[in-house]
Amino acid sequence: MEKFNQHHGLVVPLDTANVDTDQIIPKQFLQKTTRTGFGQHLFHDRRYLDNDGHKNNPEFVLNKPEYQGASILLAGENFGCGSSREHAPWALQEYGFQVIIASSFADIFYANCINIGVLPVILPEDTIATLFQQSKDNLQHITVDLVASTVKTASAQYDFTIAPFHKYCLENGVDSVGWTLNKIAKIESYEAQMPAWQ
Amino acid sequence: MATTLYEKLWQSHIIEEKADETPLIFVDRHLIHEVTSPQAFANLKFHNRVLRHPERTIATMDHNISTRSIKIDAAGEGAANQLRTLEKNCKEFGIELFGMGHKNQGVVHVIGPELGLTLPGTVIVCGDSHTSTHGAFGALAFGIGTSEVEHVFATQTLRQTKAKTMRIEVKGQVAPGISAKDIILAIIGQTGSAGATGYVVEYCGEAIERLTMEERMTVCNMSVEFGAKAGLIAPDATTFNYLKGKDYAPKGEVWQQAVEDWQQLKSDSEATFDSYLTLEAKEIKTQVTWGTTPGQVTQVDSVVPSPEDFTDPVERESCIAALKYMGLTAGTKITDIAINKVFIGSCTNSRIEDLRAAAAVAKGKKVSATVAAIVVPGSYRVKEQAEAEGLAQTFIDAGFEWRLPGCSMCLGMNDDVLTHGDRCASTSNRNFEGRQGRGSRTHLVSPELAAASAIAGHFVDLTSINSQVQGA
Repeated sequence: MEKFNQHHGLVVPLDTANVDTDQIIPKQFLQKTTRTGFGQHLFHDRRYLDNDGHKNNPEFVLNKPEYQGASILLAGENFGCGSSREHAPWALQEYGFQVIIASSFADIFYANCINIGVLPVILPEDTIATLFQQSKDNLQHITVDLVASTVKTASAQYDFTIAPFHKYCLENGVDSVGWTLNKIAKIESYEAQMPAWQ
Repeated sequence: MATTLYEKLWQSHIIEEKADETPLIFVDRHLIHEVTSPQAFANLKFHNRVLRHPERTIATMDHNISTRSIKIDAAGEGAANQLRTLEKNCKEFGIELFGMGHKNQGVVHVIGPELGLTLPGTVIVCGDSHTSTHGAFGALAFGIGTSEVEHVFATQTLRQTKAKTMRIEVKGQVAPGISAKDIILAIIGQTGSAGATGYVVEYCGEAIERLTMEERMTVCNMSVEFGAKAGLIAPDATTFNYLKGKDYAPKGEVWQQAVEDWQQLKSDSEATFDSYLTLEAKEIKTQVTWGTTPGQVTQVDSVVPSPEDFTDPVERESCIAALKYMGLTAGTKITDIAINKVFIGSCTNSRIEDLRAAAAVAKGKKVSATVAAIVVPGSYRVKEQAEAEGLAQTFIDAGFEWRLPGCSMCLGMNDDVLTHGDRCASTSNRNFEGRQGRGSRTHLVSPELAAASAIAGHFVDLTSINSQVQGA
């Protein structure tokens, strides 16, 4: 996993609550056996007018010329709800998003982001409302600093919280499986005391 | 100290809990399927790692298989590739696979319980969000992503942040004709679609205790639809009677010991939860979703709500967007909404009791000429039993299509998809935009209501019909 310390980029505002993983990556694109090839299908049904993905929907915010190259997604509450498909954060990452900011995320989606090196940032609802307003009024480039756990806009700085181990893993690009395999003796001693039915 | 059921399960699975690390917990059972496992196997191989406990891992084919043929190629090229990849990986890593045509094949959350793979007091994970189903047995069960699938393969553990606890009590008894699906939809209607994010929910109260195991699974299945990490119901005699003698359940002395241990699995009476919700069972009526999240739900004898009914601006905006997508007008009676498709199936409602309930409604009737309806049993065993009991023939005689087991139209990864503008009464768990096909409109309902709607061509108030009959 790539290390994540700080990121400066353009914000794209996707002002919808409860964006589910079916919207992020519809099921017809889940038939791959690789972790790549999902970015082009990100938000397919909202992004394209046709089923083949050739005709852009000009109304969809990601298609607006001014937001091309955006790498920070500003999203509505309960982002990533629904299916556990890791294909959703894979698609977001491959499209170019390194940070997703929302007032709340679904649990599985949040964990999936951490595990692949996309930073989910939780900020209070009123801060999110301010960021939405600013990003709609003017193009907004912001700096997300994981080390300091801050989001810096041109006019303000907001602190966010993240679990210490999540932060450590992102900052150091930790191979979480390798990390746990170093604790195999502890796993073995747990297994040795389990009841027969377990 | 008094503890909740969740805390007991958590404590019995902790391997390591340190201040600076996310806690490490043991995973007893890992269920896998074709869609969310291939990348995990690939990484395992890339790093030259072994799969720690193949005997704790069980595989099935369900998500993208055809429901018309047991041939792998019938699922289409992409799906067939995933299915063959699963076969290859299971063979290479020594995992038991219930593939196409196997007597144990079926939807992962249907076969786990019916085979006795799902046990109280265990931690069960699967790369599928509806793993919450297994919480009906007092197991801590939740969905995981593919990176976590890989972590479980290699270590038989997971890193998990401890969740908050919520107790949902359903007091008293539900009225006749009110199903488990109505109970859970009514709960989600109260909490909203993210009301339990960050929580593990324990369902309790007389109405929950009186449910059969299959009904409890329907309730726990949809825990994730209001954001819960997992749903739990304390195991009791109903649980033990269901599991006794199942193929993979413990036998003999081990069974005796297990039941003794499982009897301790309940929240202490003095235990406190972080959050509480109480519903009166008698107030729960037949539910129908009208919007594009499961929380956008109302009673069948009610009307489509108006954006003005919501004070919260986000809910109001969501209502406007949902009505537009669903092609509904505020104030329309739910029973006036015509449907043209019906899906009876999914890990929520495809077990034998669900099919019995739907067949009882359909018996001797005909599916409306304006409706195409399919019934997809949850597993091969359910299919066999439904055929032996004559339920399949009842459906066929009524004009339903009787299919082979699989996830089918719940998520439409195979060819069981709706087309643009189709309106479906579905016994599944998600009514998201495009879930069952681009531009399709899904209304979540119970199996009874799905069957009745197939016959009438629109939603019907079954309890009102029944009481009229009784009164006549």
